[in-house]
Amino acid sequence: MQYLVSVIVDDDTVERATPDEQAAIDVFNEGLQAEGHWVFAGGLAGPSAATVIDNRGAEAVITDGPFLESKEYIVGFWVMEAADLDVALKLAAQGSKACNRKVEVRPFL
Amino acid sequence: MSQADALTVITETHREQWARVVAALTRRFGDLDIAEEAAAEAFAAAVERWPADGVPPSPGAWLTTTASRKAIDRIRRESKRAGKQKEAQLLYDGDPPGPPGAIGDERLRLIFTCCHPALAMETRVALTLRMVAGLTVPEIARAFLVQETAMEKRITRAKAKIKAARIPYRVPSAEDLPPRVSGVLAVLFLVFNEGYLATGPGTDPLRHDLTAEAIRLTRLVRALLPGDGEVAGLLALMLLTEARRPARVSARGELIPLGEQDRGAWDTALIAEGHQLVRERLAAAAGGVAPGRYQILAAINAVHTSARDMRATDWSQVLALYDQLARIDASPVVALNRAIAVAELDGPEVALAELGRLEGKLAGYHAYHATRAELLRRLGRSNESRAAYDTAIELAGNTAETTYLTRRRDQLG
Repeated sequence: MQYLVSVIVDDDTVERATPDEQAAIDVFNEGLQAEGHWVFAGGLAGPSAATVIDNRGAEAVITDGPFLESKEYIVGFWVMEAADLDVALKLAAQGSKACNRKVEVRPFL
Repeated sequence: MSQADALTVITETHREQWARVVAALTRRFGDLDIAEEAAAEAFAAAVERWPADGVPPSPGAWLTTTASRKAIDRIRRESKRAGKQKEAQLLYDGDPPGPPGAIGDERLRLIFTCCHPALAMETRVALTLRMVAGLTVPEIARAFLVQETAMEKRITRAKAKIKAARIPYRVPSAEDLPPRVSGVLAVLFLVFNEGYLATGPGTDPLRHDLTAEAIRLTRLVRALLPGDGEVAGLLALMLLTEARRPARVSARGELIPLGEQDRGAWDTALIAEGHQLVRERLAAAAGGVAPGRYQILAAINAVHTSARDMRATDWSQVLALYDQLARIDASPVVALNRAIAVAELDGPEVALAELGRLEGKLAGYHAYHATRAELLRRLGRSNESRAAYDTAIELAGNTAETTYLTRRRDQLG
């Protein structure tokens, strides 16, 4: 079972991890790899770098900015392998501590 | 056996076996939805057949077998419709089948799944009442004054989340158990409190159905986790509170405060059982096990239910227990209740000073203003007292309490 763990910040939080946070994230990632929970992870640029493209019609419409303007947005994520939600929540709690930000856990279908 | 007798047996069996049947089916088929529906169908079949055919020798086994058959029928129907075997998507169960006995009881898995912290509190309450207590959706909707369709949706959504997010169907490991048990107890306490002081103008001020259901569920959890001190504490707290129910509302529908209750009307059997549990926990505390929140609250209620009247109450003991409680739960509500004991020991003026420090945090809580009004009344500060009663009446949601507060206010000179 795989879970997407999204890292959430609001306008007031700094997007980029501090060196201390990055070091803690690295330690956490190594643990994920050692325990077989690691699938993928990455950091994202903020919504100001986003572009929305809609090609459902005759031609692709390109819009500058995120598809949803919101106070909170995603700045990074993990994809984790976990047996069930209890395991995923435990890992996500460690991840939140490591990156010093809120995270959201969602199962893949 | 007459038809009426058979129906009585079915009602009793429903109370005793519902959770067992749902839990056993959930374990077998890995799906709460299928388990719930099949259990309901099995009980419907019992209502149809038992009055005519007689009650089977082992009602619980009959129900589980019948429900399993209904579940298999449904799975076959659905897999035919889907054109393929319905596999995956089943509830995950990480444990190998364990030995029977308390911790291996299927109902405990059911309780922990329904009270999972990833579900919203109101969802946990609804799910627990449906799956474990066996209340129907309309009954739960009525209990919490929401539309039936809204309640149905809430429960359906919860079952879907349990499946999609793979909330496990198992008893948490020993290291995770204490926080998860306290999550379960919070659900039970919430059900109890809604019955103890029901909110809303259209409902009875005391809801015996809810307090009784909460006590029944807590007894079940206690039977399943007999070694847990907080479970015993919560059960004792509920019993000692419920014992006072016959004396809590007057014939005119007015809430009667502790000091004015007819103590002869208290339920002595519930008090004896509650005191026994508190004594058990005191013995454990003497052995070095620090008591939790519910055990301390139960001990406070044991002091109250031991006293002949308000004046005979051992207030210094009550205060000592609130001090102990404040050390593990520094909430303003605890401080408010502590101040009430302070008033009895050191007078209303000292208590009022303590209340002053809580104003910022409890300005929206009716009990804060009611307590303040009472203390001001004792000090003869009528105008301030009246204003505090006004605020308390405005904020109180319980009809019997509003009636009481209104009379007290109108008695001010």
